[in-house]
Amino acid sequence: MELLERFAAGDLEAFEALFRAHQKEVYAWIVRIVRDRGIAEDLTVETFWRIYKSRSRFHPDGNFRAWARRIATNAALDHLRAARRETELPEDLASAATADPAVGRETRERIKQAFFQLPAKYRLVATLALIEAEPYEKIAEAAGISAALVKVRVFRAVRILRKKLNSLSAEVGAK
Amino acid sequence: MSNEENNKEIKELLQQALTPLKDTELRRDLWPQMLRKLDEQPSRVPWFDWALAGILGATLFLFPGAIPALLYHL
Repeated sequence: MELLERFAAGDLEAFEALFRAHQKEVYAWIVRIVRDRGIAEDLTVETFWRIYKSRSRFHPDGNFRAWARRIATNAALDHLRAARRETELPEDLASAATADPAVGRETRERIKQAFFQLPAKYRLVATLALIEAEPYEKIAEAAGISAALVKVRVFRAVRILRKKLNSLSAEVGAK
Repeated sequence: MSNEENNKEIKELLQQALTPLKDTELRRDLWPQMLRKLDEQPSRVPWFDWALAGILGATLFLFPGAIPALLYHL
């Protein structure tokens, strides 16, 4: 019996083989969305837990990698929704280490503040499309939406960021 | 400034404030953590099984005469 068939039938050894084969890829996808190593590790385990729970719905002829990425994207999106309710600004993995000195610290903080306040579904596509420069088609497949909708969400995210930056600038100017 | 230029400026600002992640390498094997999660999950009984058990219990309580018939069919 093939590995995917054994996995779909509930074989734990087959699941372990799939876990070991795909954990790095799933983690790499999630960490680029949530931008925090510890959270990405937890979400990778959560993703495979969801995969294991819904194994009976997986068709062995299907694309496991694409299925796993979709579940990983949903897990990351759930995290972004929950994290948005928290008020504290998270420390970003890349910006802390590789901040561009040409851009003022205050401007960076303002754009980060505005970015972390974006609704989760816009933050997801904005991170992948604008920061990580992933193609719209790949984002669409992972998020389970059309490429056109990804484009719309990116456009709306940019519009929200522009408005928030303008209002933050006005607040700073008024002080 | 046109909308297009304004959007481009926002994108550039965003890319400067939040740069792409270069190191996305997983630094440890997560299988032991996965096994712990699998072990932690209690075997939960689906809600509809509880509902069926409740309906059956209520039926037998209200119609005790059905008990022999039920035992006969088991």
